[in-house]
Amino acid sequence: MDKIIDIKGLSKSFGDKKVLQDINLYVRRGEFLTLLGPSGCGKTTLLRMIAGFLQPDEGSILMDGKELAGIPPHERPLNTVFQRYALFPHLDVYENIAFGLKLKKVPEEEIDKRVRKVLKLVAMSDYEDRDVETLSGGQQQRIAIARAIVNQPKVLLLDEPLAALDLKMRKDMQTELKEMHKKLGITFIYVTHDQEEALTLSDTIAVFNEGRIQQIGTPVDIYNEPVNSFVADFIGESNILNGTMIRDRRVSFIGHEFDCVDEGFGENVPVDVVVRPEDIYFTKKEEKTQFTATVKSCTFKGVHYEMFVDTDTGNELMIQDYDPYPVGSTVRLYIDPDDIQVMKKERTCNTLDGIVLDEENIELLGVNFPLPNKFEADTEVKVEVPFDAVDLMDNLDDGVLEGEVHFILYKGDHYHLTIKTEYGDFLWVDTDDIWDKGDLVGIRFKSRKGIKITKKEKKDE
Amino acid sequence: MSKRSNWSIPYVIFLVFFVALPLVLVMVYAFQDGQGRFTLENITKFFTDRDALSTFAVSIEVALENTGLCILLGYPAAWILANKQYNKSAVTIVLFIMPMWINALMRTLATAQLFTMLGITLGKGTLLFGMVYDYLPFMIYPIYNILAKMDKSYVEAAVDLGATPWRAFWKVTVPLSMPGVTSGILMVFMPTVSTFAISEFLTNNKIKLFGTIIQENINSSMWNYGAALAFVMLIIIGITTLFDQDKEEAEGGLI
Repeated sequence: MDKIIDIKGLSKSFGDKKVLQDINLYVRRGEFLTLLGPSGCGKTTLLRMIAGFLQPDEGSILMDGKELAGIPPHERPLNTVFQRYALFPHLDVYENIAFGLKLKKVPEEEIDKRVRKVLKLVAMSDYEDRDVETLSGGQQQRIAIARAIVNQPKVLLLDEPLAALDLKMRKDMQTELKEMHKKLGITFIYVTHDQEEALTLSDTIAVFNEGRIQQIGTPVDIYNEPVNSFVADFIGESNILNGTMIRDRRVSFIGHEFDCVDEGFGENVPVDVVVRPEDIYFTKKEEKTQFTATVKSCTFKGVHYEMFVDTDTGNELMIQDYDPYPVGSTVRLYIDPDDIQVMKKERTCNTLDGIVLDEENIELLGVNFPLPNKFEADTEVKVEVPFDAVDLMDNLDDGVLEGEVHFILYKGDHYHLTIKTEYGDFLWVDTDDIWDKGDLVGIRFKSRKGIKITKKEKKDE
Repeated sequence: MSKRSNWSIPYVIFLVFFVALPLVLVMVYAFQDGQGRFTLENITKFFTDRDALSTFAVSIEVALENTGLCILLGYPAAWILANKQYNKSAVTIVLFIMPMWINALMRTLATAQLFTMLGITLGKGTLLFGMVYDYLPFMIYPIYNILAKMDKSYVEAAVDLGATPWRAFWKVTVPLSMPGVTSGILMVFMPTVSTFAISEFLTNNKIKLFGTIIQENINSSMWNYGAALAFVMLIIIGITTLFDQDKEEAEGGLI
């Protein structure tokens, strides 16, 4: 395989904050690769390391088999299209595009030829004498792309290049970028937080979250077979539900059993199940019906209707269909085995390391939790806290510890929250209460409910 | 609307009495002789007065040298202050500005005392030292201001396009910071021409500047000639500000 860029074991921290951890990723020659993730996931940091503006703490970036580490950014055969374009305001359009070529001492006539050629490519031929500040956002964007590709880089890095444009313009530019990529044959590495943009443009998508790659795959793979609930939630709309794998090809969720196509999870194993809203079908036939539900709301969305239904077992599902069903009516539903995506649960409870202080208290997550136990002081223990045993309070002072709601997942009948504590640890919580991302909460444990404390086995013995 | 425009009345009064009126008076005096008759004699006297003209030339020369030195010292200082890599706290910029809180006369007197104590003869060198010491903050601040606000991605874009950090500095940072430099020049050049205290204290009046002869004339009650000299200087200030307005992107500078 022809790898133009190969990233191995890359890690980066800013102070105490790990922004990228153990990134392994390669880019094929001529590929359109998208780094996709929410803001703060580390995707821009990775792009800046490839460009050479940041140095990795660990790991290496190879280009055509050669280590890039010691090469300063101005000697790397790649060019960047910056998020805010960064066109030089003291130069006109022509001088901006010619900037790189002049530095390389390319002869005047050739500069002229190449500048005109790229201007034509980005459909800005008559603008060469214009002051860049008089151009619209979309036009500046085109000039920024022209300024980068005129240098004929081996790899073009694009840092959220369409983020500042309005919706219509963004759609047009997406099409043009895709065509440009085909025409030029340059490898594109594209950073975005817009999942739709990623699905439209890319050959390959790498989904990032919390400094780690969650999944690498084609847009179709990532949409149809997300590997975990984060990817399922981030890409497109989805119903993410708790389920149990009964045996191979048989899974139960929302209180019903379904046939599926997944194997190898074991028997009676808790799993996450993803069903896309367009994959839940209405039927009139009783023999096809897998479960019934009551329509709670129905909204016209242009191409389809978006409905929320309450199932007979009290779970909420989102369904998209071309036909509307009246609110309040009871409907019969089924799901094809192919359309059920079963994912291994990343965790089934919070597993925490603690030190026993006395019979009533254990030091956990940097604070003193009142947890009755039967161990001697100073014993290192493993504390397993079920998701529903964590209590979140509005009033910060009511909790033993403070935290912030970091990520929210709706699971049909409850919310699954990721809480980041004041000391930077993570806790996962199941709750019926509605919280918003960024809310500050007080954290405590509901007394003893299902919390398991075991002595930690010493590894070196 | 009319109510809000009333708020400007105090400022208008201030402008009339403390800016417009004195300027008019300077003009009136410049074109009068001792008996209050209209005359061009004061102006022609200046252009035929060897001493006045050579003082004027020396003033311009000193001002040019001072401005040059201030740019040479101030630009790198401003660049370092604006660069987060080297300057991690806002305190350092305050340290650079702090000398401005102390009265310039006081600082100049102290500097003169220091030179005398060290046995350094007062002259051109000490004059320039004092000038740079007094005016450097006025050069640093507008340049720092514009550099600190400049989008870092311009330099990154230049480097990305193949410029070494040194070339990126000359081709991008310097041209984009010119409004700050222009502001700095205006804040240093004209005050230097008209200053008299620094040359008096730091050269014992060995070197006379344009400000000195204006002061001498006014002090010896030759109001009309003094006013004419002031008028000539005003014209020069006017010309330099016009030059600055050509560059409309003076945002970020002090003026």
